[in-house]
Amino acid sequence: MTNDNVLLRVEDLVKHFPINQGIIIQRQVGAVHAVDGISFDIHRSETLGLVGESGCGKSTTGRTILQLYRPTSGHVYFDEIDLVNLKGNDLRKMRRRMQMIFQDPYASLNPRMTVGEIIGEPLVVHTISHGKAIERRVAELLELVGLNPAFANRYPHEFSGGQRQRIGVARALALQPDLIVCDEPISALDVSIQAQVVNLLEDLQKQFGLTYLFIAHDLSMVRHISNRVAVMYLGIIVELAEQNELYDNPYHPYTQALLSAVPIPDPSVEDRRRRIILEGDVPSPVNPPSGCRFRTRCKFAKEICSVEKPEWREIQPDHFVACHFAGELG
Amino acid sequence: MGRYIIRRILYLIVVILVVSMITFGLMHAIPGGPFSREKALPEETIKMLEERYHLDDPLWKQYVDYIYNVLIPHFSTTAPTNSLQDDFLVNAKIGNVWFRWMNFGPSFKSRSRTVNDIFRDNLPISAQLGTMALIVALVIGMPLGILAALKQNTPWDYLGMGVAILGVSVPVIVLGPIFVWIFGVELKWLPPTGWGASPPYLLGFLPSELGWEFFRYAIMPSIALGLGSSAIIARLTRATLLQTVREDYIRTARAKGLQERLIITRHALKNSLIPVVTIIGPMFAALVTGTFVTELIFGIPGMGKYFVTSITNRDYPVIMGTILLYAVFLVIANLFVDIIYAYLDPRIRYD
Repeated sequence: MTNDNVLLRVEDLVKHFPINQGIIIQRQVGAVHAVDGISFDIHRSETLGLVGESGCGKSTTGRTILQLYRPTSGHVYFDEIDLVNLKGNDLRKMRRRMQMIFQDPYASLNPRMTVGEIIGEPLVVHTISHGKAIERRVAELLELVGLNPAFANRYPHEFSGGQRQRIGVARALALQPDLIVCDEPISALDVSIQAQVVNLLEDLQKQFGLTYLFIAHDLSMVRHISNRVAVMYLGIIVELAEQNELYDNPYHPYTQALLSAVPIPDPSVEDRRRRIILEGDVPSPVNPPSGCRFRTRCKFAKEICSVEKPEWREIQPDHFVACHFAGELG
Repeated sequence: MGRYIIRRILYLIVVILVVSMITFGLMHAIPGGPFSREKALPEETIKMLEERYHLDDPLWKQYVDYIYNVLIPHFSTTAPTNSLQDDFLVNAKIGNVWFRWMNFGPSFKSRSRTVNDIFRDNLPISAQLGTMALIVALVIGMPLGILAALKQNTPWDYLGMGVAILGVSVPVIVLGPIFVWIFGVELKWLPPTGWGASPPYLLGFLPSELGWEFFRYAIMPSIALGLGSSAIIARLTRATLLQTVREDYIRTARAKGLQERLIITRHALKNSLIPVVTIIGPMFAALVTGTFVTELIFGIPGMGKYFVTSITNRDYPVIMGTILLYAVFLVIANLFVDIIYAYLDPRIRYD
């Protein structure tokens, strides 16, 4: 793959949230290592799935890429422009090209604005269109996401969760962005509506050549929508591969455990299936384990795992993993 | 909205009836009367005075007469007399019929004045002072609260909230004399007492000349009175804004690429102003109907003193008049608050 096919390149991205203590003079006593040095590419018109347990830093990664949180260190190249160095108006202009769909469709829409105002506002602030043209564009967007254009005058509380998430999608599409970060866009929705929204996202991708970073914890949904999948654990990416390769041939013990938890809709297979149960809890991101972060819960852990950070290596073509013993484990 | 406002105004009549009934009952229940003196007046004199003011009538009749005089419009073909018993707040000549409304009666204490005289001469001064104090409170309180919220846990926040605590805890009775002493007596920049406007007033309450001569007198009392309220507004603005800027839709606004200024004004402030607007209503009613201490310290002939002295004097018509005035202001201020709610939160619909 050539380099100009890469839309987004993340290099050694770190986001630490400081923990302060003190009554008058605030001292930093530690930091939550939410994202601790992750690197990956996203190609144009591709969907990269990002999976992991709650609290592993998936959402922080998405928000830090879009500079909604400023990273502690590292670089985010969007079309070869380093977003980390952009400020003020330059950054605002880049926001036209990268948007986000948020997890909670109830809280992420301003309750005091009509749907038309919510969707049309980006057009106004980026001075893309005026007056009647905005109304037309809003109607067009509502239709695109499968809502009645007449709903533009209603308020978010008049809609169901699925409809609200469609409004969020329409809002993200308003500026015709290249990249959309979908931050668990379906986890707040009923199962019956999840498929609708995912299909909508897929249709829109085909129609507009959109690029998605799809953050989720639902593994089967991620497999369905993604071209490649990255697995996160405690602030780092442990494995990244093309979706079928990852699901069929996982190398990292954490990925193996994660995948073994996915139920199979066939009782006879389900009965014979071997589940890997992880012992213990996720360690605190304030004080992550030395060496390999997964070693405290890994049944294959050896001496070296606590001493040396596992190298990020390409074990198969386009299949990356960070484990000392990848390939040697059953 | 129109129907809602009409309904609320009808509801105002109910409020007036209830408030007047309770006030009337309470003020007649307290011992003593308007003509009780340290050295008792002769029995016959008291009898004559009570007869003159109809205080010898049964209580229910006194109340009904009062309500009749205040609430029911009067029509007559004869011109109004100069009698103290015959002083109406609204006098209009339609054709050759006089339309007359709201006779609050004469004051028992100030023998040559009526309650309407107080409303005409003293209330405008209190209203001017109160309005300016509220402006001071908003102009100082809101920016202070916004600054403290946006720069939470920084020296700006501590400074702003420090000033706010000071504003709440130092009452006018301390601040006023300090102001008078520094700026009025020592520096001689501003007149220590008095008020720079006198009747007649434009539209019944605006000073006829709004120049330096007016503000010279108004600056000190307005700031002294407004500072305490500004502290309340600052703290409330800070608290609600802090809550709002953490909402998800603020992050959405940021992701849309809005300027920070627009995020704060259009998304955060508009959503956090409801509690602030809620307290401004009663605050306004309390400030404009007269503030006893401030007016006393700065020698302002407002109507604050009538709230206090009318009760000690058992000046029944003045008690009734001031309390009803306060109730009406409170209801109307709250009506405006409700109308502003609908603007701030379009989900609120009254019809």
